[in-house]
Amino acid sequence: MSALRATRLWKYFGEYPALRNLDLEVQPGTCLSLLGRNGAGKTTLLRLFAGLSDPSEGTVELFGKSSRDGEARRRIGLIGHGIAVYDELTAEENLLLFGRLYNLPDPHKSASEWLERTNLANVKDSPVREFSRGMRQRLAVARAFLHEPSLLLLDEPFTSLDDRAIALLQSLLKDALAGGATVVMSTHQLREAMELSTHVALLNRGKLAFNGARPAEMLADPAWLYRTHGEA
Amino acid sequence: MRDKILYILGLLSAAWLTVNLYQMLLVLPDELRQGHIYRIIYFHVPAWFTCFSAFFVGAIASILFLVKKDYKYDTCAVAAIEVGVAFTCIGMVTGSIWARNQWGIWWTWDPRLTWAAITTLVYFGYLTLRQSIDDPAARARNSAVLAIFSFTSVAITYKAIDWWRTQHPGAVLDFRTGGGQIDADYQSVLYQNWGALMLLAAVLVVIRMRQESAIRAIEGLRRHAHAR
Amino acid sequence: MRFLQQTYTIAAKDLRSEFRTKESLNAAASFALVILLLFSFAVDPTGPMVREMSGGLLWIVFSFAGALILNRAFARELPNDCLDALISSPISPAALYLGKAIASFLLVLLIEVLCYPAFGLFYDINWTNNLPYLILVSLLGTWSMSVVGTMFSALTVNLRLRELMLPMLVYPTMIPALMAAMKLTTVLISGEPLSDNMIWLKLLIGFGIIFTALAVALVEYILVG
Repeated sequence: MSALRATRLWKYFGEYPALRNLDLEVQPGTCLSLLGRNGAGKTTLLRLFAGLSDPSEGTVELFGKSSRDGEARRRIGLIGHGIAVYDELTAEENLLLFGRLYNLPDPHKSASEWLERTNLANVKDSPVREFSRGMRQRLAVARAFLHEPSLLLLDEPFTSLDDRAIALLQSLLKDALAGGATVVMSTHQLREAMELSTHVALLNRGKLAFNGARPAEMLADPAWLYRTHGEA
Repeated sequence: MRDKILYILGLLSAAWLTVNLYQMLLVLPDELRQGHIYRIIYFHVPAWFTCFSAFFVGAIASILFLVKKDYKYDTCAVAAIEVGVAFTCIGMVTGSIWARNQWGIWWTWDPRLTWAAITTLVYFGYLTLRQSIDDPAARARNSAVLAIFSFTSVAITYKAIDWWRTQHPGAVLDFRTGGGQIDADYQSVLYQNWGALMLLAAVLVVIRMRQESAIRAIEGLRRHAHAR
Repeated sequence: MRFLQQTYTIAAKDLRSEFRTKESLNAAASFALVILLLFSFAVDPTGPMVREMSGGLLWIVFSFAGALILNRAFARELPNDCLDALISSPISPAALYLGKAIASFLLVLLIEVLCYPAFGLFYDINWTNNLPYLILVSLLGTWSMSVVGTMFSALTVNLRLRELMLPMLVYPTMIPALMAAMKLTTVLISGEPLSDNMIWLKLLIGFGIIFTALAVALVEYILVG
């Protein structure tokens, strides 16, 4: 059973087709990098996968279930453009909140663990409002990984991360993949993403211009795909 | 074929209205206390029934849209509600004219008039909401939910008004009072005009629905053109 | 069971957030006191008229000041894209909505607890004659307001003209509940018998039940787009 399957997917915003007749399947344990220019439809696609949006036509299935199924949503970890944590709550309160929402058996334990892993343990009682940018991003990562998701959906996760945060995220993703999780991430940071990716897909104006195993060329030359398959 | 049916129904409603006008203006005698002006009731009361029916249809169509996700229901809902708002205005204006004549004032906070004002506000809110959402899918979903809320609120308000003491003439029609409150001839013309106005409303709703379907078809074609 | 837990988690989160910043509480409380003050210029504050208008005045204050709180219900999720994280989490949209409605309900009640004594003070009216019933009417009326206000907060959260649209949609829909609450409050403060006005109590209860059911059933269609 595939981790994620999109069938004949169309998404319109008014008259504008953001996604056009898209078919995509992602097998468990793989890491798919979703590439494409700005406006190609990457964020729209990820939002459909995350159950934030319904397709105009076609279906999205997560582990064989609808993207709105509660059990399926329990297995998703999402990092979008915003950090999705509350400024007025402390780091620990934020993680406890999400721990409870994801029905973790011991939210306190999971929260402490993840605060440790993201080097936020010493600021766990400070409100997020007081955090530096790097700290906020690390908390966002903690929030996404807190419930050991089997499917990670990441929208440009490396953007504006400093080198330490990038290293942290890469190591967490490696561990997750080793544990059998599936990762779908859209990215412009090709170098950071290519090490992890097993597959790549190129979105071009709502259609898939390329979808398959990561070509060997891309390790050395990440922009290779854009040159060979992208629009001129 | 469909066009023909629509024309025929339109002509039928126009004919029926004309017959009713003849009845109400030339045949029926004046009412005892009110004189000529009472004849406005033949438009006033049916207008209210028609608008309420239109809003009811709008709510049902909205429910069907949310359940079946077929856009023709959304089209029906917006058409019905727009026509309902038009008839609400007719009801308010006719009521206001009558009130000026009989009570000497254009407006009063009599509960039934208050209900009219509330309903107008509620459904203008619906129309404004539709205007402010660009994406057709979001627009259809959100306005469907609003239409259901609005009808419920408007229906409850209608009952609430009944429990408030009212300056407005009370129920006189047979189906409310069980008979004997109103002259049979008067009542018959009233029901006749109700029928005529409902027919007219139905024709208007269908015309509006066609317009909305055409808009949707054009949007679809534009999408395909963009998608090339 | 899980549904209730999730509802509680959201309500607790909203309340905690609000008590940390107190932004909308302060705004609502100030607004409420200002309206009460302004009204004392509009009418003779010592005359008998005020008793008759007490229900109307109080519920105008509660609904206007309350709207500041109700608007925040979903709007508070917009910074940092928190709303996305909530919708994609396993929580059911109905639990999300209900949790927020409960939090808003409690916050508006807090404003009312401030307003009643202020009202009594400014207008020299004894409002504690029928305190148990007054509390009941407050609870029922405030719940109806919260149900409708939170629902429309969800509806308008993504609209560009949110601040404009919310009052325009919310007040007309709330009118039956406001009418009942105003009438009952006036009756209770004036010392008239409640038994003559039971129909309004029934209306208030019925409105609350019907709109809670409708909102819980329909909120998913609004939030997922």
